[in-house]
Amino acid sequence: MELNCNCIEPHLPPDDLLMKYQYISDFFIALAYFSIPLELIYFVKKSAVFPYRWVLVQFGAFIVLCGATHLINLWTFTIHSRTVAMVMTTAKVLTAVVSCATALMLVHIIPDLLSVKTRELFLKNKAAELDREMGLIRTQEETGRHVRMLTHEIRSTLDRHTILKTTLVELGRTLGLEECALWMPTRTGLELQLSYTLRQQNPVGYTVPIHLPVINQVFSSSRAVKISPNCPLARLRPAGKYMPGEVVAVRVPLLHLTNFQINDWPELSTKRYALMVLMLPSDSARQWHVHELELVEVVADQVAVALSHAAILEESMRARDLLMEQNVALDLARREAETAIRARNDFLAVMNHEMRTPMHAIIALSSLLQETELTPEQRLMVETILKSSNLLATLINDVLDLSRLEDGSLQLDVATFNLYAVFREVLNLIKPIPSVKKLHVSLNLAPDLPEFAIGDDKRLMQTILNVVGNAVKFSKEGSISITAFVAKPESLRDPRAPEFFPVPSDNHFYLRVQVKDSGSGISPQDIPKLFTKFAQNQAPTRNSGGSGLGLAICKRFVNLMDGHIWIESEGLGKGCTAIFIVKLGIPERWNESKIPFMPKASTNHGQTAFPGLKVLVMDENGVSRMVTKGLLVHLGCDVTMVSSIEECLRVVSHEHKVVLMDVCVPGMDGYEIAVRIHEKFPKRHERPLIVALTGNTDKVTKENCMRVGMDGVILKPVSLDKMRSVLSDLLEHRVLFEAI
Amino acid sequence: MALAALKTQLKNFVQSMFDEGVLDSQFSQIQALQDASNPNFVEEVITLFCNDAERIITELNKYLGYQNVDFGKLDSYVHQLKGSSSSIGAHRLKLACVNLRQASDDRSKDGCLRALNSITREYCLLCSKFQTLIQLERNIIALERNH
Repeated sequence: MELNCNCIEPHLPPDDLLMKYQYISDFFIALAYFSIPLELIYFVKKSAVFPYRWVLVQFGAFIVLCGATHLINLWTFTIHSRTVAMVMTTAKVLTAVVSCATALMLVHIIPDLLSVKTRELFLKNKAAELDREMGLIRTQEETGRHVRMLTHEIRSTLDRHTILKTTLVELGRTLGLEECALWMPTRTGLELQLSYTLRQQNPVGYTVPIHLPVINQVFSSSRAVKISPNCPLARLRPAGKYMPGEVVAVRVPLLHLTNFQINDWPELSTKRYALMVLMLPSDSARQWHVHELELVEVVADQVAVALSHAAILEESMRARDLLMEQNVALDLARREAETAIRARNDFLAVMNHEMRTPMHAIIALSSLLQETELTPEQRLMVETILKSSNLLATLINDVLDLSRLEDGSLQLDVATFNLYAVFREVLNLIKPIPSVKKLHVSLNLAPDLPEFAIGDDKRLMQTILNVVGNAVKFSKEGSISITAFVAKPESLRDPRAPEFFPVPSDNHFYLRVQVKDSGSGISPQDIPKLFTKFAQNQAPTRNSGGSGLGLAICKRFVNLMDGHIWIESEGLGKGCTAIFIVKLGIPERWNESKIPFMPKASTNHGQTAFPGLKVLVMDENGVSRMVTKGLLVHLGCDVTMVSSIEECLRVVSHEHKVVLMDVCVPGMDGYEIAVRIHEKFPKRHERPLIVALTGNTDKVTKENCMRVGMDGVILKPVSLDKMRSVLSDLLEHRVLFEAI
Repeated sequence: MALAALKTQLKNFVQSMFDEGVLDSQFSQIQALQDASNPNFVEEVITLFCNDAERIITELNKYLGYQNVDFGKLDSYVHQLKGSSSSIGAHRLKLACVNLRQASDDRSKDGCLRALNSITREYCLLCSKFQTLIQLERNIIALERNH
């Protein structure tokens, strides 16, 4: 033993067999211990997400140190120095430390590792569950897609056959059906008839009675119902050798237009249903799944809606066609009516003209004859001819007037006239006949009746003449009294004419005329017929030769004058009284002196008819300006000429009484002046009268002139006489819209 | 006597113009306006008209000579000429203006040129007759003054 080398001896000799085995084991252990960390490092590197790196490092360190220990142990089998022993000891100490630390660490992490396994199991379960749900959703989504597609197909057409056919085809395709059929209720509603099938081309009308229990069962539920393949509804295919597939039936409500109220949604209490039968293929073991049934129900509803749309469309198309036909018929009728009216008007116009011309000749020549030297007998004869032809002319006028009255185109010629003179004239005209018949005619004009009135004197005279004439015509003996007075407001209301509301006012009064005769009278039930045109009383007492127009025309005239006419009679043989009330205007005081009951006095033909009248002439055309000036100067006016709008507005003043302006320049410039002049002279009495000279005779020009506030329109070229009469009318009336 | 003969000649001349349709009744209105206070009215009107018409016809020729005819301006000039012709009673000239107006509305340059030619013809005819008329009138006035 060499103790002075400070070596440590191993316990057993190194050549011992046990020592050898220990040596080899230590070696392999060390090898393993060194290789495990390497493997671990390799694996850790491979898996990037391993969470326990620190543990592995610890473990690695532990193993490495163990390996180091065992490795160093190899040297201790032989004699080794103290250094080796020191190293050995250090290694062991470190190993001890690390392994204790690792042991402690493991205590912490083993529960985690265990729970990982639990979590993994849990996740696996969850994944399986989600898979199942996903499968369900996918099926549902697929169903939804099918429904959408089906609906799109069904709703893309409005033709009912196409809708139904498409439904069957698409359902067949989507669900892989063997057969799909639609049973529709017949007209009587007692049977269901096979209307459409998928496979068979032309279903011959199989029918089943509607009151089968299975059908009731299907109709009473809004869901798809499984039915037996043996029931008559499903016996559509020749019986096969194998088991027929499952059959499902669903109701399809046939909604009617009346089901749709505005405020309610359609209730499916409608009695009419169709039935859709779907058969799965016979030899497959397929069953109806819930989602397929849902699909079928949804489709059935969609079909119902699509059918109702188709029905509504058919209905509206039919209504439209009907309306169009009616329109055409109405149009035709209107055109015919218009043609008829035109034809009548033409006829009347022509006849009138033809009749008037000779009448005119007779009247004119007779009046001329009156002016010549005649013996008294001749004079009387000529006067009679004149009077008769006047009456005949009146009759011709009647016919024309009546048609114009009916068209509504008649307008009253309103002017101031002498009321008393009208009555006197009527009396004069009618006098011969009562004197022959020995009738006594008396006229009573109330003292408060104004002498002058404003109205249509000719038509008023015609009315009075007609009424008085009737009285004379239908009286064989006795007397006729004519009274005229101003009607008081209380007495104006006639209970027989509730729509007649006379409104007295300051510048109007109501003239009431009563013509009482003691003639044959009229029975009360005939009175309403009197005013109907062409209707004559057929009673033998009144065999007149009149045309039956007279009273009808009078009534229309009286209505035009805002009045009312009626006849009272107590019965046959008791005479009758004709009464009418018309509205007349009251002229202002100062007009009384100028009343032309004589024809309008022709204006003086003196050279200077309008001395010193200041007139402003505006015309862009030099030549026509000069001519107009010449005209006016000839008439004695003081003329100022301007050639443009601006100049006109600059020069016009309240001294100018009349402004004559040319407005036939293309464009509207001339009208602006009128507006500006109105603005410049807001007070009426300061403003000059504005008159337009134009070459256009159309209504539009006239309307435009009236619209901008002009006082008159004259058509160019203007003659001297026309200018003279225009100026005099203008100054007298302050308005002139006739000189076209 | 020469004065009476001249007056008759004038009357016949004017009547011939009426008969040919060169003038219409408007011209007689203008003649009626000539009186003691306005002795040269007819001559003044005629002179004014001839100058005005000549100016307008020149303008019309100018405008129709352009490549792109301004029918709007054309229309307004024709309107003026028509107005002047109606005022003086130049009947045929007025009708020719109506034709030009129509051609201008139709936007037909050829039609306008043709119408303008006829206007020019009528105008020349009218103006020369007017010159004769004025000369006659002046002779009458001179004779009257000398008496």
